[in-house]
Amino acid sequence: MPPSTITGQGTQEREAAGPRPAARRRTSVLRRSAQGRQARAAWVLAAPFLALFLAFMLLPVVWSLLMSLTDTQSADLRTPLNVSFIGFDNYVRLFEDPQFFTALRNTAVFVLVALPLTLAAGLAAAVALNSGIQRFRAVFRVGLYLPVITSIVAVAVVWKTLLEPHAGLVNTVLAWFGIDGPAWLADTRFALPVMILMAVWRNLGTVMIIMLAGLQSVPQSLMEAAELDGAGAWQRFWRVTFPLLRPALLLTAVTTGIGYLQFFDEPFVMTDGGPLDSTLSATLYAYKQFGNGNYDVASAAGYVVFVLIIALTVLQFRVLRDKD
Amino acid sequence: MTTLTPAPTPPATSSATDKVLRRRRIRREWGQPWLYLPLTGLLLLMVTPFLWMLSSAFKSEGDIRKLPPDLIPTHPTLANYRELFSSLDFTRMFANSVIVALAVTAGNLIFCSMLGYALAKLDFRGKRAVFALVMATLMVPGLVTFVPLYVLVANMKLTGSLLGLILPFLATPFGVFLMRQFISTLPDELIDAARVDGCRELAIFWKIILPLTRPALATLGIITFLGSWNNFLWPLVVAQNESQYTLPVGLALASSGQDFTRFGILLAGAVVVLLPVTIVFLLFQRHFVAGIATTGLK
Repeated sequence: MPPSTITGQGTQEREAAGPRPAARRRTSVLRRSAQGRQARAAWVLAAPFLALFLAFMLLPVVWSLLMSLTDTQSADLRTPLNVSFIGFDNYVRLFEDPQFFTALRNTAVFVLVALPLTLAAGLAAAVALNSGIQRFRAVFRVGLYLPVITSIVAVAVVWKTLLEPHAGLVNTVLAWFGIDGPAWLADTRFALPVMILMAVWRNLGTVMIIMLAGLQSVPQSLMEAAELDGAGAWQRFWRVTFPLLRPALLLTAVTTGIGYLQFFDEPFVMTDGGPLDSTLSATLYAYKQFGNGNYDVASAAGYVVFVLIIALTVLQFRVLRDKD
Repeated sequence: MTTLTPAPTPPATSSATDKVLRRRRIRREWGQPWLYLPLTGLLLLMVTPFLWMLSSAFKSEGDIRKLPPDLIPTHPTLANYRELFSSLDFTRMFANSVIVALAVTAGNLIFCSMLGYALAKLDFRGKRAVFALVMATLMVPGLVTFVPLYVLVANMKLTGSLLGLILPFLATPFGVFLMRQFISTLPDELIDAARVDGCRELAIFWKIILPLTRPALATLGIITFLGSWNNFLWPLVVAQNESQYTLPVGLALASSGQDFTRFGILLAGAVVVLLPVTIVFLLFQRHFVAGIATTGLK
């Protein structure tokens, strides 16, 4: 069959060669007006979203980049176009500021430790729930997922009271075992690790739920075939199950990583970046620059984090995508 | 399972067989029994902060610091809540959080499903470009946009109103992605049949497609509402005074402003922020979990 007879285009062409030009004109006019109606409807449906999107997403994204190349201060708030272009000076200023380096380092440590821990804990919990136990699955699933839906601010307030050195629950429990707990959030050695553990605590449920759905879609026949071939439980997991989970794991890793790179609520509530900037995150740094009126530097810091997000995403795709 | 029962054995070994059978039965009904220990430990770790919060918020300051702490308050009191709602305008903040979250959710459900349908089922010029443009911003963090957004909203004279909290979140790329994916799976024949019957294009969307997208709308609604309820950076940046604070902003500023000594009030505040979504979650947890698992995204 020649390809032209399959497509609608071909039918039209064949009709065009036919002996009934009047009928042809009528159908093509009908068709064109139907298509026009469809396109008009599509733009009517798209218009409200696109208007909001242009104003509150696209414009700020571009504006932010431009702003990072100018000397915009809070004094320019009412006259945002009346500023000078200063090239990459803000970026130079950023990378000459040791505090920004501290913020970047803290953010990197937070992401590089918390992200693998969250993925591993969530995956382990999912496997345990899926094939390890038979009873009370729903209880564990709901309990482990509960922190995910909570406000980080509220949870940070609760943890701050739990970690209070003298009356907090954590040090009370440690004292039962004869351990003298430190002032967690006032100690440069412990403040950031505490926030990392809190992030794992709050987010492992997301990974668990998505991995559980993935595990349930692994065909039983595949596992049985592997078992017949003499694969042990460990091998079955890493050779059969894990490759099937990889796409879902990648997606979770990317979204969780984007969230972690912007961590802000925890240090804002618990330490305000202290002690000695040991929990100052890149977002908190940008927020403080904004608060000081340095809109230009805040925008530049935002773009640096944006580049890091893209880099992390690309890296994750490299590490976790299917290796053919 | 009966096929697994071994043939009758001599009485000498019957107790050993019993043991094997019992072990098998336990495994079938319980799985790996030892796993309950670490899982229960983990579960305790997950819920203890909430239990501590719930019980402490109904205690006096002295009872909170009592060692060891009581799980059930011995002298339950509402004093913390009374002080919370009288010293801070927590009623107003609660109302603000509800209004903003509802408006943002409604906006996303409507606008994202409209564009999602157009992208999934309608032919128009520029469709690919629109889709690519919207998807390209899927990963843009709020950190990148908040400074120019603030300048924009300030120049629209909206920093003093709730509209400033709502407008930037009414239409999000994630919602379009979700709705387009879902609507693509609906059969084209439905739409063609409606066209043949003379149904107008916009009516097809409103009367035929929208009712069918209910599961996706539920998922998007839950995710959007939670995101708005818990949102912090933008409300913190744009709210000018207490009358526009949302709950997280009010709670965060209360916890950092004074010296951090009044546990009771802060924990009562945390209860007010957390309890509504927790109750909704526990009631609808099955839908929650199904929705989040199918989207594969938070």
